[in-house]
Amino acid sequence: MERFRYTKATSIAQALEIGRHAKTAQQGADVRYIAGGTTLLDLMKLDVERPVRLVDINRLGLDKVEKSADGGLRIGALVRNSDLAHDATVARDYRVLSEALLSGASGQLRNMATTGGNLLQRTRCMYFRDVAMPCNKREPGSGCSAIDGENRALAILGISSKCIATNPSDMNVALAALEATVQVRSVSGERAIPFHEFHLLPGDTPHRETVLEPGDLVTHVTLPPPPAGATSTYLKLRDRASYEFALASAAVVVSATGGRFDHVRIAMGGVGTKPWRMTDAERALTDASVSEDTIRGVAAAALADAKPQSRNAFKVELGRRCLAQALRLATGLAHA
Amino acid sequence: MTAKPNEPAPPRVLGGALPRIDGPLKVSGTAKYTSDVSLPGMLYAVPVRATIASGRVTAIDAAAARRMPGVSAVFHRGNITPFYRSAVADGFADYLDERRPPFEDDVVRYFGQYVAVAVARTFEQASAAAHAVRVMYAAEKHAVDSKLAPDGKVTTRSERGDVDAAFASAPVKVDQTYVTPAETHNPIELHATVAAWDGDSVTLYETSQAVANHRDVMHQMLGVPKENVRVVSHFLGSGFGGKLWPWTHSLLAAGVARELKQPVKLVVSRKSMFETVGHRPVTQQRFRIGATPDGKLVSLRQDWLNHTSISDDYEEDCGESTPFLYSVPNLKVTGGLVRRNVGTPTAMRGPGAVPGLFAMESALDELAVALRMDPVELRRRNEPQQDESKKLPFSSRHLQECITTGAEQFGWAKRDAGVGAMKQGGLTLGWGMASCAWGAGRFPAEAMVEILRDGTARVKSGTQDIGTGTYTVLAMVAAEALGLPISNIDVRLGDTTLPPGPISGGSLVTASVIPAVTDAAKGAVKALLKAATSLPNGAFASSKGQDLEYRAGKVQRTGDASTAVSVADVLGRANLPSVQALGKSETTFGGEEDRKYSLHSYGAHFAEVTWQPEIARLRVSRVVTVIDAGRILNPKPARNQIEGAVVMGIGMALLEETTYDHRSGAPINANLADYMVATNADAPRIDVTFVERPDTVVNQMGARGVGEIGLAGIAAAIASAVYHATGVRVRELPVKIEDLL
Repeated sequence: MERFRYTKATSIAQALEIGRHAKTAQQGADVRYIAGGTTLLDLMKLDVERPVRLVDINRLGLDKVEKSADGGLRIGALVRNSDLAHDATVARDYRVLSEALLSGASGQLRNMATTGGNLLQRTRCMYFRDVAMPCNKREPGSGCSAIDGENRALAILGISSKCIATNPSDMNVALAALEATVQVRSVSGERAIPFHEFHLLPGDTPHRETVLEPGDLVTHVTLPPPPAGATSTYLKLRDRASYEFALASAAVVVSATGGRFDHVRIAMGGVGTKPWRMTDAERALTDASVSEDTIRGVAAAALADAKPQSRNAFKVELGRRCLAQALRLATGLAHA
Repeated sequence: MTAKPNEPAPPRVLGGALPRIDGPLKVSGTAKYTSDVSLPGMLYAVPVRATIASGRVTAIDAAAARRMPGVSAVFHRGNITPFYRSAVADGFADYLDERRPPFEDDVVRYFGQYVAVAVARTFEQASAAAHAVRVMYAAEKHAVDSKLAPDGKVTTRSERGDVDAAFASAPVKVDQTYVTPAETHNPIELHATVAAWDGDSVTLYETSQAVANHRDVMHQMLGVPKENVRVVSHFLGSGFGGKLWPWTHSLLAAGVARELKQPVKLVVSRKSMFETVGHRPVTQQRFRIGATPDGKLVSLRQDWLNHTSISDDYEEDCGESTPFLYSVPNLKVTGGLVRRNVGTPTAMRGPGAVPGLFAMESALDELAVALRMDPVELRRRNEPQQDESKKLPFSSRHLQECITTGAEQFGWAKRDAGVGAMKQGGLTLGWGMASCAWGAGRFPAEAMVEILRDGTARVKSGTQDIGTGTYTVLAMVAAEALGLPISNIDVRLGDTTLPPGPISGGSLVTASVIPAVTDAAKGAVKALLKAATSLPNGAFASSKGQDLEYRAGKVQRTGDASTAVSVADVLGRANLPSVQALGKSETTFGGEEDRKYSLHSYGAHFAEVTWQPEIARLRVSRVVTVIDAGRILNPKPARNQIEGAVVMGIGMALLEETTYDHRSGAPINANLADYMVATNADAPRIDVTFVERPDTVVNQMGARGVGEIGLAGIAAAIASAVYHATGVRVRELPVKIEDLL
């Protein structure tokens, strides 16, 4: 760990004023906001992140879950994962989010980790987290060790020749299916970023993980009102029963009318370099009959454009089974 | 270590289910572990790890690191007093696995090998400085591949009959190869050393499962007299064998403390624990078994290989149980080593037997399938009457009772042998079973028992409690011998100033120390009675020692309670602070017991898995384990050992694997997120039963050890259950989701 300056900000304005000196956007930046610290401190101890200045934003009051005017939800960036998962409205109307949060990490980590921090959670690629290894995400241009290396847990969608790292967050998968919006502030003002635009594909710049600009501060995540009659669920598949990132996961929000799928939103985790919206599957399901045959057909066609690596070809089949079972669970064709 | 006062006296001491006497210290955070030791003026050392797996260090630039805040020094081969090697001795005397002292030459033989060490006022400063040291290398080609082919001598370890001829003509055959991966011990307590010199003498606070051996090795490698080295290890957050022998960080800590004349703490990082403090090596075992159609074994051949480091010959003796577990007239076991650019492997819980029994018991399950025979019945038909390799009787063997009891508890009779045939609640069930065995015996041990004026007693032995309950069992043995409540016994362990006790290895501590403690207690009582006879004007002045007896803290004329005088009175009037005696017990290894008997513990595991093919989810749902380890002195920690081993076995079967990156040679998943051990959520219902058949060949109380046997065989029981549920026979651990899709 390197030496750094540490400031406890007491207002958003103060945080932004310090934050504006950042040379790059949040992840990997020299000036970093810190909330729960469950990713950042870990990476600082590993010398992967080496900020010279930390701005503690825990006292900015962004820790409330509120109903928004449109009937949706406005979640403060500092709401802890445990609090969000157990919030009565979230547990009732956005069950997929609650389930996703509770499937991640451990009780202790969820008590510290925040909504904004989880959005920016960095990949668990083993080469990214080891400074002795080449990694384009950590050191642009140094090469990708994972492509010909231990890539069992890594992505099969959205990869590039520079990076195949998976976005590890469970929460992000649920937020993608819920079509959340990320609210951001900087010294130049506020903006709202649709969730599917928030994370970037690695392309030639895997060190850039989101559209955030230097000094940007995530203040809230907003959710639209829950679709009428929709049910939702999150299914996470992994080797052990807890405390492991997804090998494949699926967040499903569906409603049906007259035995036919109506509103369908699906996102998958553990398979993509970003939280992966399954728009083809959504289209195929919309207006189709709610049946085992439909689900099987859609699952079999899913992930057709996946590009498996040397050790993760199994994720294609696992992902299909995950999607199918999540749909069965959400529609009552199967029970957990 | 004293039990909490006011604890209600248990109905009996030995055999009673007593909580650990060190429990309150541990749950209240007051037990001082090695990395808790903090000394005035203490500095922190953080090693610099090689980032190549093979080659040479050509230059080290520590100039920038030395200028960093708080940094005292950066040491490497060029500027530290060299260390010596220790002489190779017999057996487990002066033992260590990685014999090369750090910085001995400029050659790097494995990724993570220590090439320098930074020392600073704080851990953070030392870490930053270690990171800033620039090391230049001339890298060479390395080998870390897990596929093994013998590159040295393969030798025959056991042989009888004509195994190849018998196999060739056997009506039913199994010929398969089984692989277990490199596994890392991963005790939650990190390895650590705090070294403090006083002139030419050094005290090493260590995470050691063998303090006496640690001293014996370190005095040689540091080049100081044996009496100048004291090793202390009061509590261990487990070790699983990884902390049995000294490793290079201990020398680094002692070396830099000597250079700087200040105490130094070095805590090994989790990452380094995958590189520099041993691991269970990759094993590859070919089993060829021949049998008659009615399930009688006619031939058993095992050819095993394990990887070892470039510089040391560590053998994972996979044939540990093969020669004696079953009756078979024709048998051959061969073993050999394959060199890899990895840190030197070391003993990990049940070394040899654990990978060996995964393979052998899996092969027997495959034979049972080929024979269409119940695997329980197959084992029953091959029960030997004696150890056929040594041609000796078993000291005590109740394997069939373990299997029968386990089968009954598990409900094995309801098994449908068809693959995927058993269903429950929408899940497919798989059932599997396996036998297990582990060696028994005694190491040499000494213990001192001291009877104090206040009627309490103290037991002192330089063995260790690695979390298994040694403090408690020594207190129990002494309490029983002296007729005192356990709360009146103070136990001192883990210090080379105490009489030398056994290494905490091989599951032998309990068996080894019982005779020594009992002997010492007898001696202390004898000394007390002698003191009583010599009291001036005392009640027992006319007595000769044999007229007197000691009963529960009092001395009296034999059989006459009306003459009882308290220990306090006796010692008070004799003006003695205490009486004490040293007790000793000899090793069984190479001793009379070893020449007359085959000494082992036995057991049987029955495992149930659930399989959900629609999401490829496999979980262990139920385990029944029955263990024959002689008399159980304290069922609480004994059960805990077996339960813990079963959970570890779930990890071995389904999760654990150290992966070496083929380009860099690094163990790349060197952390607790990527190297997966079983979590609480993976632990199913575990029923443990002990068939208590005392083995009085091992000691007068008939107790053998239980630390390791629970891990032997369990992975085979699970892998067989996986086959039963899915039809997939996994011969290369761990069983992964992709094997079952």
